Amino acid sequence: MADATAGQTVTACNAPGGFSRLARLTGVNWRGALAVVAFVLGWELLVRFKALGFAAVPGPLESLTAFWATYASKASYWESWFASFRRVVAGFVLAQLLGIPLGLFLGTRERLRELMFPVLELMRPIPPIAWVPLSILFWPTHELSIIFITFIGAFFIIVINVHDGVRTIKQEHLWLARSLGAGEAMIFRRIVLPSVLPAISVGMTLGIAVTWNVVIAAEMIAGDNGLGRLTWEGYVSHTSTVVIIGMVSIGFAGYLSSALVSWLLHKLTPWRA
Amino acid sequence: MMMQTSATTGLASNATAAQQAVPVSPLAPRRRQGHLVVQGVSKRFAQRDSAPAEVLRDCSFEVEPGRLTVLMGPSGCGKSTLAYLLAGYLAPDAGSLTIDGMPITQAGPDRMLVFQETALWPWMSIVENVMFGPLARGDMSRAQARQAAEALLQKFGLVGFGDRYPSQLSGGMKRRAELAQALINSPKVMILDEPFRGLDVMTRELMQEYYVQLFEETQLTTLFITTELEEAIFLADRIVFMGTAPGRIVRGLEVDLPHPRTIGSMTSERYLEIKKDAMATLIEYGAVSTD
Repeated sequence: MADATAGQTVTACNAPGGFSRLARLTGVNWRGALAVVAFVLGWELLVRFKALGFAAVPGPLESLTAFWATYASKASYWESWFASFRRVVAGFVLAQLLGIPLGLFLGTRERLRELMFPVLELMRPIPPIAWVPLSILFWPTHELSIIFITFIGAFFIIVINVHDGVRTIKQEHLWLARSLGAGEAMIFRRIVLPSVLPAISVGMTLGIAVTWNVVIAAEMIAGDNGLGRLTWEGYVSHTSTVVIIGMVSIGFAGYLSSALVSWLLHKLTPWRA
Repeated sequence: MMMQTSATTGLASNATAAQQAVPVSPLAPRRRQGHLVVQGVSKRFAQRDSAPAEVLRDCSFEVEPGRLTVLMGPSGCGKSTLAYLLAGYLAPDAGSLTIDGMPITQAGPDRMLVFQETALWPWMSIVENVMFGPLARGDMSRAQARQAAEALLQKFGLVGFGDRYPSQLSGGMKRRAELAQALINSPKVMILDEPFRGLDVMTRELMQEYYVQLFEETQLTTLFITTELEEAIFLADRIVFMGTAPGRIVRGLEVDLPHPRTIGSMTSERYLEIKKDAMATLIEYGAVSTD
């Protein structure tokens, strides 16, 4: 246990039959589960006792009741999920499809790198949300604008990561393949690509998190539907339970996509235990 | 570690007509081949903010066929650069490098280099790493390559580890897998660049004995690079000493200890004489401090 260094936790860890043992036996992170319960309980209490700032905030119980009563069976709620997911997937996948090859080219072709890198470096610091107005002017539909902004969010991250990945390939790995008689195409396929997979991995993990940030913000500004829009509508219509339902849904959606990406990456790089 | 010669005999039928010039089995005793000649080689490396660094100056030496030549010198004297030149990864600024009279112009499976740090590809299993060479060149079918690889893994005490990834093997096992990866190509010369650096003392000694046995068995022309004097004398038929800044060849020393070498070789009087002689050279060229 990493936290065993703190004085007070040492005893807890050493205590026979503690959470460590329970976790080992059941395979469940009981500490984490307890923290979630404590968080929800604390939130409920703050709302009940009308703590400072919590006067207009709905409690978890109220939100959950509203969710079960109205939203769980409401088609439009699940359509919000679907709309947001579709945008995330479209923007994310597009970013990988264009960004990975571009990163590979930039990493392997010095001329191309010199040509394109300054442009990338200038565009990269612009937050995806700053692209919203231009995007709306440029694309014929709001749907395309949102997908474009989501794409921007993941695109630069993957390009830079793949580019760095290519440039840190171990020279020995390439030399050895040359000694063994492999041609350029084979070296690319069997050595360069797998070498870059860990960097792609990092780019995707960071990218999927950013795409959710971006898609929600873009939906709030320009969306007709989606989880971001749902949350915003809750606010403008003074139904604060909807704000909570929206936020928690976004949390789950983001967690789900990250888990999916990390599962996929694990399958792609089985040698990384 | 025991050597099993029987494991290799089954490979004889795998050789194609094109390979007749090289030994049939990766582990069969070599005909005397793989004569490396380095003649007047110099190498500079461009540096970003200063004048080019002179790494090697007018280096000349030979690696005689069927012998184990050790290249010894202080860290940073350009030993690895010489290895890369011989492997054909780099080109010299001046001088020539030849193998059996042919100029070395590019990398090739006749000169296999075992790198200082493991160069096994982490994304391939051990057996895939070993099979890579013959498959890349189309020398063997997949089945043949697999059979040859398995035989070598058995020889190197790696039975049952073929399907593991390199990260799942110990340092010594990785080194043995790399020997298999090189030997499956029936190289004319093995170049080992401080191959046992970073291994613990026990494993290192085992690996030295291991390589000596392999060498006695195959007579595979070897250039072995090291900074360790004991290792050098234990392994070498001949030691070539390098000086530093810029790297240059300072002396050749014949090591006439009898074969086969064992740990016992290191207690003989002749061993101590050679060691004393070698120490004098190292001290003269600043490879060891005098205190």
